Amino acid sequence: MNTRLESKKRHARIMLWSAVIIVFGAMFLPLASYVFTDTVSARAAAAQDANPRANYWRAVREGNQGYTSSSGPYTTNVLIQNGGQNWRHLRNGPVANFLPWILAVMVLVIALYHLIKGTQRIEGPISGKTVPRWTLFERVLHWYTASLFIVLAITGLSLLFGRAVLIPILGPWGFGAWADFSIMLHNYLGPFFVVGVLLEILVWARMNIPKEADRQWFKKAGGLFSGEHVPAGRSNGGEKVWFWMVAIFGIVVSVTGLILDFPNFEQSRETMQLMNIIHAISSVIWVAIALGHMYMGTLGNEGVLQGMTQGRVSVEWAKQHHDLWYEEVKDQASSGDTESAAEPGSAAKQPS
Amino acid sequence: MARMKFLCDAERCIECNSCVTACKNEHEVPWGVNRRRVVTLNDGVPGEKSISVACMHCTDAPCAAVCPVDCFYTTDDGIVLHDKDLCIGCGYCFYACPFGAPQYPQQAAFGVRGKMDKCTFCAGGPLQDNSNVEYEKYGRNRIAEGKLPLCAEMCSTKALLAGDGDMIADIYRQRVLKRGGRPQTWGWESAYGTTG
Repeated sequence: MNTRLESKKRHARIMLWSAVIIVFGAMFLPLASYVFTDTVSARAAAAQDANPRANYWRAVREGNQGYTSSSGPYTTNVLIQNGGQNWRHLRNGPVANFLPWILAVMVLVIALYHLIKGTQRIEGPISGKTVPRWTLFERVLHWYTASLFIVLAITGLSLLFGRAVLIPILGPWGFGAWADFSIMLHNYLGPFFVVGVLLEILVWARMNIPKEADRQWFKKAGGLFSGEHVPAGRSNGGEKVWFWMVAIFGIVVSVTGLILDFPNFEQSRETMQLMNIIHAISSVIWVAIALGHMYMGTLGNEGVLQGMTQGRVSVEWAKQHHDLWYEEVKDQASSGDTESAAEPGSAAKQPS
Repeated sequence: MARMKFLCDAERCIECNSCVTACKNEHEVPWGVNRRRVVTLNDGVPGEKSISVACMHCTDAPCAAVCPVDCFYTTDDGIVLHDKDLCIGCGYCFYACPFGAPQYPQQAAFGVRGKMDKCTFCAGGPLQDNSNVEYEKYGRNRIAEGKLPLCAEMCSTKALLAGDGDMIADIYRQRVLKRGGRPQTWGWESAYGTTG
């Protein structure tokens, strides 16, 4: 009996402990995975701490400078510069894809305007009398700058869009030769153009200061669409806008161009990338606006080109387009052929 | 087909500049032009690291993307080369390149750039392999001779590896396994992308 009681007691103890183990096991064994993940992640964190090298590669990706014993104008102590990829995507993206549309839209608008409006003729009979409009110095300055502008525009656009447009036409070798010639012309003529633009700004700034008459001119959009003749001085509102465009774009394009043209002042790559983007965008917009100026000065209006070539314009043209200015210079009107007429006098030098 | 790559093991590079010297000598590179250079980070500080860098022969090469005359081409081995007879020396590839690889001999006043010169992976240029004109314009064509780039061949600590990407990656992986720690395939992500 005693032994039976003993075994019963032992049985109960085993049952009790088993129950305790099962209960505690059920509660705590599922938590064991936390212990496991904690130790593993602790080890991973330790590996992270023990990897100071990561800082070097971070520094490299941030474009930090190191030391190099190599020297040369294009040898840098930076392992990876990041600006290049940004520049590439800007230049090959928006600059290459969007800017041509500005030119195309401008050409289209001018063509449409010309189809609808046609050339604006001088009204009434032409007496043959002329008044001086541009001095010889002004004309030389204009055509000096204008011809350089055209050469720079053609060569610059060739370099920007030639790969897409001209290589299929000229082939890689033909375009290679043209591009080589273009970059040489562009780089060597650029500084001469800067001189022309700066002189133009100096010479024509005074006559292009906005006046009260210009407010009226802009209210009527210069008669562009109504066809009426809005009173204007020597320079009308549209011409003044063009002048200030020349001043702003001229300075921006000149400054960026000179920085790009003379890489021997140790400009950083980041500077060159930025200047290149500004130069491309501003000069293409400038070319687009210049197309409007070229149209207005030739096909758009009869009798205006004569002023910039021969220096004198017909009296009828002056009355029609620049009546306020005509009042100032009408005493200088002379008949006969323009070549032998007197050189434009003091009135032209003291504009309205 | 092999895909040629460079790999510089920064744990091994001792900034001896032998690769730079070997390159200059092998290709008769003019003064001021460095097809390869060694850059040391934290120079003079304990734990400084040096890396030898040249043209990485990128998969989607930025130089080729911005070239106005389209003078770059990639060989079947993945080597990025260019045609000096087309190059106009505009400098755009230097602006675009992450690694500063393109170099220009200065031939005239006011910093006018000559034709671009860069590492060719010792594979010359588009001209007749191992001809005199090719050597004068692009340097030795060791690839056509069945040899690998001299910079890596000369490397005394075998820090600089050049060759098929898979093979040098294997060599490097074995090193990393022996050393412990994680790989530092310098510049690979920038040059070859994360997948290739």
